Amino acid sequence: MENQKPKKKRSQFLEVWRRFKRNPIALVGMGIIILQILLAVFADVIAPGDGWSPGFNMQDWGNSRQFPSAENWFGTDHLGRDVFNRIVHGSRISLQVGAVVVSISMIIGVTLGAVAGFFGGVADNIIMRIIDIILAVPNILLAIAISAALGPSLVNVMIAVGVGAIPAYARQVRAQVVSLREQEFVEAARSIGASNFRLIRRHIMPNAMSPIIIEATMGFATAIAVAAALSFIGLGLEPPTPEWGAMLSDGRRYMLAGYWHMTLFPGLAIAFVIFGINMMGDGLRDALDPKLRSGGMSKGRFEKLRRAQIALTNKGADTNVKK
Amino acid sequence: MHKYILRRLLMMIPVLIGVMFIIFVLDYIRPGCPSRVILGEAASPEAIARVREELRLDDPFLIRFGSFVGNALTLDFGRSWQTNRPVFQEIFARFPNTMQLAGMSVIFALLMGVPLGILSATKQYSIFDIIANFTGLLAAAIPNFWLGMMMVILFGVNLRIFPTSGWGTPMHWVMPVVAIGASSAAIIMRMTRSSMLECIRSDYIRTARAKGQKESVVIFKHALRNALIPVTTVAGLTFGALLGGAVLTETIFAIPGLGRFMVEAISQMDQPLVQGGVLLIAISFSLVNLLVDILYAFIDPRIRSQYR
Amino acid sequence: MSKNNENLLNIENLSIHFFIEEGTVAAVNDLNFSLKPGETIGLVGETGAGKTTTALGIMSLIQSPPGLVVDGSIIYDGRNLLELSEAEMRAVRGSQISMIFQDPMTSLNPVFPIRDQIAEVVMLHEKVTAAQAIQRAEEMLDKVGIRKERAKDFPHQFSGGMRQRVGIAIALACNPKLLIADEPTTALDVTIQAQVLELMKGLKEENNTSMIMITHDLGIVAEICDKVAIMYAGSVVETADKKELFNNPKHPYTIGLFNSIPDIEKDEEKLKPIKGLMPDPMNLPSGCSFHPRCDHAKPECSQKVPKHTQVNDGHYVRCLLFEEGGE
Repeated sequence: MENQKPKKKRSQFLEVWRRFKRNPIALVGMGIIILQILLAVFADVIAPGDGWSPGFNMQDWGNSRQFPSAENWFGTDHLGRDVFNRIVHGSRISLQVGAVVVSISMIIGVTLGAVAGFFGGVADNIIMRIIDIILAVPNILLAIAISAALGPSLVNVMIAVGVGAIPAYARQVRAQVVSLREQEFVEAARSIGASNFRLIRRHIMPNAMSPIIIEATMGFATAIAVAAALSFIGLGLEPPTPEWGAMLSDGRRYMLAGYWHMTLFPGLAIAFVIFGINMMGDGLRDALDPKLRSGGMSKGRFEKLRRAQIALTNKGADTNVKK
Repeated sequence: MHKYILRRLLMMIPVLIGVMFIIFVLDYIRPGCPSRVILGEAASPEAIARVREELRLDDPFLIRFGSFVGNALTLDFGRSWQTNRPVFQEIFARFPNTMQLAGMSVIFALLMGVPLGILSATKQYSIFDIIANFTGLLAAAIPNFWLGMMMVILFGVNLRIFPTSGWGTPMHWVMPVVAIGASSAAIIMRMTRSSMLECIRSDYIRTARAKGQKESVVIFKHALRNALIPVTTVAGLTFGALLGGAVLTETIFAIPGLGRFMVEAISQMDQPLVQGGVLLIAISFSLVNLLVDILYAFIDPRIRSQYR
Repeated sequence: MSKNNENLLNIENLSIHFFIEEGTVAAVNDLNFSLKPGETIGLVGETGAGKTTTALGIMSLIQSPPGLVVDGSIIYDGRNLLELSEAEMRAVRGSQISMIFQDPMTSLNPVFPIRDQIAEVVMLHEKVTAAQAIQRAEEMLDKVGIRKERAKDFPHQFSGGMRQRVGIAIALACNPKLLIADEPTTALDVTIQAQVLELMKGLKEENNTSMIMITHDLGIVAEICDKVAIMYAGSVVETADKKELFNNPKHPYTIGLFNSIPDIEKDEEKLKPIKGLMPDPMNLPSGCSFHPRCDHAKPECSQKVPKHTQVNDGHYVRCLLFEEGGE
């Protein structure tokens, strides 16, 4: 049994990947994410600094608030900094925030949910009431309240955004665990003397994995959006950090004066990443849970399939189609 | 049913005390002394000591929290450190605008999301479905405050169709409502679609068709009523997101609502205002969720019988 | 097969395929059977033999895409149902032909009272007022043994057996000439099964309704049917009167089916299950689709598709073993 496990896991992964890669929208989404990661990794190559200041903070006062041109693709901001350069560097921050927030909130949320669901009783009650309290405050407001208290810094933004992300995992995992707990294979494992920890880790978690993966993908997008919103109202990162939300905050000051490029491009960057993540998440959901997708196709695709398949069985010529 | 509502209202109390605890702790750990916020940096030590005494800042944590909760129960959140007016008055002067904004956005999101979701589900895999789905994904990805800004630039500054800021006339409402509601509309549309698809494939729909029922009745009577059950939940949760979104959107459109007021209070470190505002929003969010659960009972008889 | 004009239903060469990404699923293949007014036929076969697809085909409720009737005819009361428009077919469904579904737990709409769900079908097919339809619904509930006081209750307030009674009331509310029952008792407890079967039998005899009883349980067939059609891989391999088929089964598959049921009177040590598994409908064996599992398979069984061969009065078999003798 121990020997078979890796093989089975691998084929399961391949099966998901096979379904995933058939979905063009999911692939486009993944392409966007990969592009963002590349931008973040090679930010200093794509938008290098000049030795004095980093690539995102090269001020040029004589060249401020320029509209997009061949020189400055996305124009320049009020300090004459190239907006494109700042966006490229900004992807580092956004991806960092997304990744850290998702990992931490997922670990905490999954642990809380698993404990609550598996042990029930008092532990369940206490944990779920705490979750209820967090959920009673709208996500963004909670983040605002926390970061207002903690003060602006990257770590504090991550904390502020992360707390609001915990309930989703905890609830999801708890629901899964509660329904799996009573199932026969868990009973069977228990009857041969598996410990609680082993039961959760080996038998329950692998089965609860799909919704967590989907939740994490969507959580990544939410984290980026909330972090940007915090910076936008001045509670996120301090200047000159090229955070996309902070750039929008700069843009707002010049919005009515007609400097649209300072608003358009950072916002596009946020929307682009979130769009990519959502597309990938959608594809992942379909690939992990093929039930949700089964049993249908467009009329055109159906006609094509029917013709192709009938031709294949050589009955196409004389088959009289009736509806 | 009455019993159920009463029970739910009672269950809100510990949750709200929890919320108060969180905002109180957040205030407690915040660096800097409130008396300096009130009096300014140049205040004399005597004045500071007087304010500390007045605000009971030197009392033990639990006693301070206890009196905070006690005061909150009588709707006394103290006085604004900036204006020295009662927080309750300040908040309630602005709260209706925020509720109006969020309420109109929910209605906008439902009016857009539900019909498009139904259409998309009944025409699954059609071009319309693909476009609607794609647009939905896109709309869900756009940060509402950015959408608001782009609308200001396009329709306010360049085309001059709508006023760029302010509140009061329907012309003022259009852009903020669309800005906040767009992503919720997208979420509700996608939810309606998937819920509808699931219902359309269910056995009781086959039963309805086997009765000889028209497809339109099958969809709008048999499937929709069931499909709306999960959509109701999402709409309720969306209301929270819309209240949160109002904070940013009110700032952009200079709407005299609670959200913008709180953002200003935060930057001025006016803690009583922030606390009162967060609590009020948490209360209204909880009440909306209760309302959604009651609505649930009207749609779903299975839940209705649980409530008895 | 005999062309009998007295038949209420005559299905000939019916083939229903599902075209999905992975290939063509041949769910029903060249299926034939017929039914006289008032007669009950048992459609017997393993899971996946195409019984439910056949039933949905008769009702024109095959989901398309991906499903499609690719060949054949379904003559009901002199009309080919496959040639009817959707509107004409709607007038048939529920009033002429109605159906009882397998899972009573999911077949009723959870958000409407049971009374309204019965009244709906009455309103659709008869010129009655809403009040009259509701009265009819309550009469039907009475007939299936549900008290009037419970008429306004919702499906979740009933047990599976009671829900199936509601399903029967819906199906019979407009006195259909043909009732299709798709494993109506499979999801129920054994004691409830008998009650529900008894109820169906009584109501059907009362109105002289014809019935297609889909089941994999030969016991139910023995109890309720006049005729039997044994299905394998989407087609009828043997059909005969109940007595004839039970006493004189011919097709190796039918014999196998009987051998896999324990017989209390015979003192046999072991059951003789049919070897192998039902073939994949996406990749049916050539020739006779049963030949890989058949003990009597000859080389030509994999080459030639057997035709219906009459072996006795009204007893047809689709097997090459009988084809030479019968012709």
